[in-house]
Amino acid sequence: MGVSERYSRGRQFVVEQPLALVVGLVVIWMAWFLVEGLVTGRLQVNNVLGYLWDGLLRGLIIGLAGIGLSMTYSILNFANFSHGDYITSGAFAGMAVSYLVAGFGEADIGSLLLVGAGGSVFGGALGVGIATSPIGIIAGMVVAAIATIALSLVIDRFVYKPIRDESGIALLITSVGVAFALRYLIVFVFGSRVRGTTAAGSQPQLRLVAVDGYLTINAHDVTLLVVAVGLMLGVHFLLQRTKLGKAMRAMSDNEDLARITGIPTEQVVRSTWIVGGGLTGVAGYMFVLWKGTVGFNDGWLLLLLIFAAVILGGIGSIYGAIAGGIVIGLTASMSVIWIPSEFGRAAAFLVMILILLFKPQGLFSGRTTA
Amino acid sequence: MSESSLRSRFESLLTGDPGLVIAVLGAIYLAYILAGIVFGFTVRGHMNSLANLTFYIAVFGMLALALNLHWGYTGMFNIGVVGFMGIGVYVTAIFSKPPAAQGGAAQVGGLGLPLGVGVVAGVLAAAVFGAIVALPALRLRADYLAIVTIAFSEIMRFTFMSSTFETFTVPDTFDLTILGTTLISFDPVADTVGFGGGSGLILNYASPLEAFLKFLFLWDPYLGLVDFVGEYAIQTNPKPVVDSLVYGLLLLVVVGIYYWLLTWTGESPFGRVLKAIREDEDVANALGKNTDVFKLKAFVLGCALMGFAGVLWYAGRGSITPPSFRPNITFFVWIALIIGGAGSNTGSVLGGAVFAALLYEGPRYIKNLIEAAIDVGDGPGSFGQAMAALGSFDPVPFLVYTLNSISQLRLVIMGVVLIYLMHNRPEGMLGHRKEVASSIDLSRPEGSVHEEPAATDGGEKE
Repeated sequence: MGVSERYSRGRQFVVEQPLALVVGLVVIWMAWFLVEGLVTGRLQVNNVLGYLWDGLLRGLIIGLAGIGLSMTYSILNFANFSHGDYITSGAFAGMAVSYLVAGFGEADIGSLLLVGAGGSVFGGALGVGIATSPIGIIAGMVVAAIATIALSLVIDRFVYKPIRDESGIALLITSVGVAFALRYLIVFVFGSRVRGTTAAGSQPQLRLVAVDGYLTINAHDVTLLVVAVGLMLGVHFLLQRTKLGKAMRAMSDNEDLARITGIPTEQVVRSTWIVGGGLTGVAGYMFVLWKGTVGFNDGWLLLLLIFAAVILGGIGSIYGAIAGGIVIGLTASMSVIWIPSEFGRAAAFLVMILILLFKPQGLFSGRTTA
Repeated sequence: MSESSLRSRFESLLTGDPGLVIAVLGAIYLAYILAGIVFGFTVRGHMNSLANLTFYIAVFGMLALALNLHWGYTGMFNIGVVGFMGIGVYVTAIFSKPPAAQGGAAQVGGLGLPLGVGVVAGVLAAAVFGAIVALPALRLRADYLAIVTIAFSEIMRFTFMSSTFETFTVPDTFDLTILGTTLISFDPVADTVGFGGGSGLILNYASPLEAFLKFLFLWDPYLGLVDFVGEYAIQTNPKPVVDSLVYGLLLLVVVGIYYWLLTWTGESPFGRVLKAIREDEDVANALGKNTDVFKLKAFVLGCALMGFAGVLWYAGRGSITPPSFRPNITFFVWIALIIGGAGSNTGSVLGGAVFAALLYEGPRYIKNLIEAAIDVGDGPGSFGQAMAALGSFDPVPFLVYTLNSISQLRLVIMGVVLIYLMHNRPEGMLGHRKEVASSIDLSRPEGSVHEEPAATDGGEKE
């Protein structure tokens, strides 16, 4: 290849893909900044690994919650803005049970079931945690799933089913109403205070040596990793090995066609809410267990990141939701290397906006549902 | 103009849309005043609650009108309303706050320009950011546009909140020196500017009402009015009450201007293209209209109006903090628009009024009324105590807890109302009217409808 040919090719690339060039330059700058920082000691290797680990776990939660959102988005054709409050509901329902199991006999049942509303009991004092009260955590997880499934089925029956055939925008607006009602009912019952939930100090920790320091991995990190990966594999097999996955794919493609080929569409919708709601509830519960605090706004604040993940991965694809969740989680956590920490979430939103503008079908487009 | 045509114009004013708005507003005010009298409010309490009510009716009316231009006319699903409001008021604050040296060194200063300049700058900034969002985003599907705009409004809130943009020190002199010769040397008044981070900005400029009235040379007559009220109605410290009432009334005038501007826009050829885009963008495109340009213009105009509404809402508040600009307000405006009916300007104003009176202020007003009438005491601190009392057949603590939680429960009510509306009346009170697309009215003239048709059954009438 001659020099002039190479030059004209380069010029063609710059003219045709100016944005790709900008993105490429930004990526090169970021890589250089990271390497230079590590070499000169401005950044510590153990910190970078810490961000990576934190981002991965955050991403698993976002991905787990995103599966449900992605499924309802593709099968019912609307962006469910109440999804975040399903997460919060699951978190509170599960924590109520964990409090009850961990603190049974130590405090009155009302305070335990209200997750210590009004500062009556504290999760840390009760010893809520995987090592100190494993039965409480497992029971909490199961209840979080069941409660969220029940909630999403009830809401679907009374809110979404009567207007199933309306446009996606009408359903979206309705879901905003559901979000408001749910979120502030939670405030009414559980109070608006953000509180600590776990006895984080009494959980075992693993300190891995990482070049210039340590990477601390605690028992809740491991719990989250095991549960999230396990559930993701479970959904994968469920959708691959059963007819449900195929029916979902058919429905998200063309609902009328699915119905005339004999797919019981309402039943598929119900299964979608069951699978999605269960995963969402567990995600919410694991989120508050992992971060150690619970507040009524948790799910809502996570919702836009989940939308980012789902759009990044491609609406309807569960693998896309998982991959998108991990990318978004890593973006939100690792961006502190390059920009001030207040803009971690903003960086994740920016990634989402860029994807929407330049590849709105998402990275895993065409591989819907399974 | 003959007397009869004047009269018919006057009648159509009362029977048409303005009459409807006046009737609804009248009913709302009457209900508030009567309830206040029954529950024994003082004159001051009355005027305060009416001023508050007027303020919220006006701001929600303005915001719903601006949103109607986006959604009702053009079909652009913008749920970043609060971001544009925030930009408007923050930029106004930065332009109009006095420099830190004058306003107290402990806080972030501003450029010290007149408030009018600040307001214009704020509105322009909202418009510019509207264009920045719209340029790439308007090509997206409605639900994607929704997600982009709400993400934008959250990014703006993080920016207001961040310590990175909290404060910048402005150098004492700007010198532009090239080749040893100083070309420009100027001394900016400001010492520090910024968004103030999490603690926000203190708006230590003259109150907007005072600035506006002084601009119109009405300040002295206004002080006379305050003295008059002080003499006959409220003896102690009448000024804050009169201030807020007059400010509310001025905002109602602004609603009128918004209404006129948007109706005029909607009826113009420009507005007809917008409606065509709402109905079917491809058809509008095929007919030779560059829909992207039309949508961009409509989006920017709406954002500027939202920015101005944000300034009017917050600029007189004494201080602004980032948590005020949470997405909840965006959804309030949406609920107001949906109550009134997207697509109708009159509906937007009515929706704003009904939302403000019944859903936004109503529950709190009821709480105040009950507290003025009976002493309810402190009540239980948590839901658990309330339920425990309910378990032993004592409903009072539960009712008091409910009353104390009214500011949260009203959001539950809003959510339920929104669901109800989407189920039963998605077009709202007046929405999706058939608006005449041609420049002349093709419908049957108003007067002829009322004429009795010739009887066909022998002339007998009921």
